[in-house]
Amino acid sequence: MSKVVYEKSRGLTDAPLTYCPGCSHGIIHKLVAESLVELDVLENTIAIAPVGCSVLAYNFFNCDGVQAAHGRAPAVATGIKRVIPDKIVFTYQGDGDLASIGTAEIIHAAHRGDNFTVIFVNNATYGMTGGQMAPTTLINQKTSTSPYGRQEATTGKPIKVSELMAQIPSAAYIERVSVHDVQHIAKTKKAIKKAFEYQIEGKGFSMVEVLASCPIGWNMPPVEAAKFIAGGLMPYYPLGCYRDIHAEGGSGA
Amino acid sequence: MAKNLITIEESLCKGCFLCADACPKDILSLDKSKVNAKGYNPIQCTDMDACTACAICGRICPDSVIRVERDA
Repeated sequence: MSKVVYEKSRGLTDAPLTYCPGCSHGIIHKLVAESLVELDVLENTIAIAPVGCSVLAYNFFNCDGVQAAHGRAPAVATGIKRVIPDKIVFTYQGDGDLASIGTAEIIHAAHRGDNFTVIFVNNATYGMTGGQMAPTTLINQKTSTSPYGRQEATTGKPIKVSELMAQIPSAAYIERVSVHDVQHIAKTKKAIKKAFEYQIEGKGFSMVEVLASCPIGWNMPPVEAAKFIAGGLMPYYPLGCYRDIHAEGGSGA
Repeated sequence: MAKNLITIEESLCKGCFLCADACPKDILSLDKSKVNAKGYNPIQCTDMDACTACAICGRICPDSVIRVERDA
């Protein structure tokens, strides 16, 4: 007799993922799907897809889903959650979506303390449109719109979304994680599951920032891109829990 | 003797090599003799006897193409 120790989660549909080889989106998708299945809320969940590479995410998650205008996923999630509060609602957004055009929506969703979960995928570039510079692009990182590397003098320093969100009094849970190796993938799943648990318990706004790779946008083979998350992104974007108002003795940042 | 088994959905594999890089036994490699409909060389297991069914390959695969079974 043999026992299945790992297989594709039933939280994902059979649709082949449209992402490039080695893209972290696929890993993050299945962590979200596995968490929803393990918490037994898959059938009761509504996913809000963003604009960006993951614009078709509603095809991949085996739950209900809608797609929002660029950056407006938290506003759509707020509406849905307030109208049908017994549904589990999450947004799945990239850094071009959440950290630039959608900054107002994400900050005010957290500010209102709306009880939904945000999965924020930070790969430091605009992947879908061709690897342009994002607010999260590192200093000296080359992109198609910063061919000599991002210059601080003209574009400032990369925005640290988790640190920013951790200052918002009504936010309940903010954590930054990474998916560059299997140990960190396990920690990421724990964080995503915790965020959904907070929502199920009605504890308020939760966001998990996941450092991810964009092998094509970064012009690197997937294995090298995964190493760049650890060597390039993590020194500037330190991992850790930035806010957890329900932790023992914790009141956040 | 029954063995651990990994099954690869070759038609969906994009040959990104993340599983092969992460495999502690170094028994995964690209199958250069095949090209799937997407145009990639799929991954293959070169030594199933050495597999410990740790499932690291499955967990790191972005496209969820690997299923891992352990001999119980």
